[in-house]
Amino acid sequence: MNAQTETWIDIGALDDIPVRGARVIRTRVGCVALFRTAKDEVFAIDDDCPHKKGPLSEGIVHGKAVTCPLHNWVISLETGLVNAPDEGSVQTYPVRVSEGRVHLNPAQLAQGAGA
Amino acid sequence: MTEKLVVIGAGMASGRVLDHLFESAPDAYDVTLFGAEPRGNYNRIMLSPVLSGEKTYDEIVTHDADWYAAHGVTCRFGEAVTGIDRDRKVVLSEAGETPYDKLLIATGSAPFIIPVPGKDLPGVITYRDLDDTNAMIEAAEKPGGRAVVIGGGLLGLEAAAGLKLRGMDVTVLHLMGHVMERQLDPTAGHLLKADLESRGIRVHTTANTHEIVGTDRVEAVRLDDGTEYPADIVCMAVGIRPETSLAKAAGLACGRGLHVDDQMVTSDESILAVGECVEHRGLCYGLVAPLYDMAKVAAKTLAGTEGAYEGSLTSTKLKVTGVDLFSAGDFADADDREEIVLRDAARGVYKRLVLQANRIIGAVMYGDTADGAWFFGLLKDGTDISEMRETLIFGPAYAGGTPLDPMAAVAALPDEAEICGCNGICKGQITSAIAGGATTLDGVRQTTKASSSCGTCTGLVEQLLSVTLGDAYAAPAAQPMCKCTDLTHEDVRRLIKSQELKAMPAVWQAGHWKTSCGCHVCRPALNYYLLSDWPDDYVDDGQSRFVNERNHANIQKDGTFSVVPRMWGGITTPDELRAIADAADKFSVPTVKVTGGQRIDLLGVQKQDLPSIWADLNAAGLVSGHAYAKGLRTVKTCVGTDHCRFGTQDSTGLGIKIEKAMWGSWTPHKVKMAVSGCPRNCAEATCKDVGVVCVDSGYEVSVAGAAGMDVKATEFLAKAETEDETLDLIMAFTQIYRENAKYLDRPYKWVAKVGLDWVKERVVEDLENRAALVARFKHSQSIYQVDPWAERANDTVAEKWSPMADLTLEAAE
Repeated sequence: MNAQTETWIDIGALDDIPVRGARVIRTRVGCVALFRTAKDEVFAIDDDCPHKKGPLSEGIVHGKAVTCPLHNWVISLETGLVNAPDEGSVQTYPVRVSEGRVHLNPAQLAQGAGA
Repeated sequence: MTEKLVVIGAGMASGRVLDHLFESAPDAYDVTLFGAEPRGNYNRIMLSPVLSGEKTYDEIVTHDADWYAAHGVTCRFGEAVTGIDRDRKVVLSEAGETPYDKLLIATGSAPFIIPVPGKDLPGVITYRDLDDTNAMIEAAEKPGGRAVVIGGGLLGLEAAAGLKLRGMDVTVLHLMGHVMERQLDPTAGHLLKADLESRGIRVHTTANTHEIVGTDRVEAVRLDDGTEYPADIVCMAVGIRPETSLAKAAGLACGRGLHVDDQMVTSDESILAVGECVEHRGLCYGLVAPLYDMAKVAAKTLAGTEGAYEGSLTSTKLKVTGVDLFSAGDFADADDREEIVLRDAARGVYKRLVLQANRIIGAVMYGDTADGAWFFGLLKDGTDISEMRETLIFGPAYAGGTPLDPMAAVAALPDEAEICGCNGICKGQITSAIAGGATTLDGVRQTTKASSSCGTCTGLVEQLLSVTLGDAYAAPAAQPMCKCTDLTHEDVRRLIKSQELKAMPAVWQAGHWKTSCGCHVCRPALNYYLLSDWPDDYVDDGQSRFVNERNHANIQKDGTFSVVPRMWGGITTPDELRAIADAADKFSVPTVKVTGGQRIDLLGVQKQDLPSIWADLNAAGLVSGHAYAKGLRTVKTCVGTDHCRFGTQDSTGLGIKIEKAMWGSWTPHKVKMAVSGCPRNCAEATCKDVGVVCVDSGYEVSVAGAAGMDVKATEFLAKAETEDETLDLIMAFTQIYRENAKYLDRPYKWVAKVGLDWVKERVVEDLENRAALVARFKHSQSIYQVDPWAERANDTVAEKWSPMADLTLEAAE
């Protein structure tokens, strides 16, 4: 683990993300989508679908997955993996919710930028 | 020489006789069929699912007018037979005399009415035919209605469960100490009672009805002990008696039922009888399986071949969704009998086998009835079970030491094991039908009739298909909505209406969804069904809508959006055009295009700019064109009498009126309309979902066209004389489509399923229904006709269209 693990950035209020919906944040590696599930869990993954770069933040959220709005690929919010029979994955980012605020750990953003 | 066969009674028994007869001897008889009900033959045992809303009448029809016509049967439905003159061999009816060479009596049974005061009051109904069922469905439409069912037997409990599912408050009164005492022992009866009570059905056993109270119609039922249950309807389901009045009047030998011999011939050799009206070797039957056995033999006798009916052993299943019970044979206690009992209280499972001289003579199962067919097979065959007695109660999976897998259990069944109790079809017949090419459920149903009656063995038949065919077996044709549920779209729509489900979690619960909150396939469909069925109660869920409807703009392949303002009837003004041009400049819109629906499309708008561009367009009086919606898109017009030398009516004016009435309505799929001012049809109205072609004498309204993946001309719906009538027709058609179609079926696909005649009956011919449809459409519009742009152009909402945070400047290292 690197030294940045414990740095968390306050992104905004949980209530700014619709339930079973998403908002995006701009980063140096592109847009990252923050998803909020029906059970108020929050996940952060790259906004671009690995298929044809559809904006995942515009997809329908069900369980812990999102369906890409362009061609219905289903992506796990937890692992970033695409559900079979399609193949691929997106980067996931650590997020946590405390006292109604959403925080993101930017360490992966740096790695993503280097990749 | 063709002989004359007259059949009295168009029910399941006679229907089955005709099936067999036309198979084996299609030209032997000239058939005339009398039926008391004014309709063809349907599967009477499926009335319970119709009552509960799980099936429709159309789904349970077994012989329709086409079938009778194809087999040359003269139908005399709704005509009462008044007598039989055996000397002259004629049947007497209202219309005169009908001669016969052979007569088949299949008059069935009549419900038993207990002779208490008030039994003839309006609101007291029996439960035998479709009219009774419809009367109950109608009674259940009144909110908070109360029903009392007298009789806790098979029929009474199915009626009670159906009425409860329809939303009524239901009480069952049963004379005996436990429900279904003819099929269940007290323990299973108690489990069933508890199960029914947990569904909110009140069950009062040892209830002796004293009188039915009421002045003009029923008000309550009073018991001997003084207890009174208020009631809006009373369903009398205490039993049936064979309907033999015609036979008795004709002097045929009758006991409890009409006497028949093993060839199904009555005391008159020209007259046969089958079904619930007969008494054979001292027994009368009220279940479907014996009727079918009799029908087989009667058909053979009629065809002049040999056959003999030797009585039936019957088993019973209750058709109440979620209740599993099975019973067969005799299960009373006696000195020379032993029993094996298995109880699993936590799972609500109870199994009891009654043995006599090492043979099963009775079986009762509750909660888990998967092994019912196997036990029933052992019972019918009189198999000596002493070898497997120790594990017998655990079923066939243990009997041969095979693993506990339902597939293995089915595979382990002997060929003689009965699978379909209704039709008496055993495993061997089904597997040979499969080997003979019946590789689908429907195929098996058609070749063997297995699973085509009450349907409870459908699962077993499917397992047999998959055991026999392996991977070659394709899933049944009725496609479930999605992986979250086994129900089809049609099932779900019916469930939403019949059980008044008004929220998505309620649908998930009632439909046994396998996921916690649906998926991208079912959620948009459910959202539509709920908002279309319950405009007053349901709150639209944006997160269950596809991206375009959620953002009120069309997403493009690069993630930008397109914006299309509404132009009523394709008419615009220089001011509107200037506002559009200004907006295109201000937001650097890369592409401006004129669409096929006579609108202007601004393509390539960034998501965060959407609220601002909407605000600008709103300020110029432009509203959302819903170019993204499963709803009304455009009404395309030509210039009509305003300018055109051929125009016959004001097509532009009418188009604008239609668009003003229809905009903002959500529909199962997009809806495009057009109005042409003359038959030259410049607005291309005859390939739209709804098209109007103006003529000198009025307006020709046609529907169900297509010009996409499929190309299809519209079909003529009706001709209207005025613009108002045209508008009413269009609103009524749109509403009936909204209420009935499957999500993502365009009108042409939906009309192909229900038939244009079905639509015409309700929209064109039935004026009262047309008015009701229009009223429901207008009511929905009073709630949903709002401009989504104006709603979302204000600042607080607009914020949500922008990124939540910008970390591009954040130091990551």
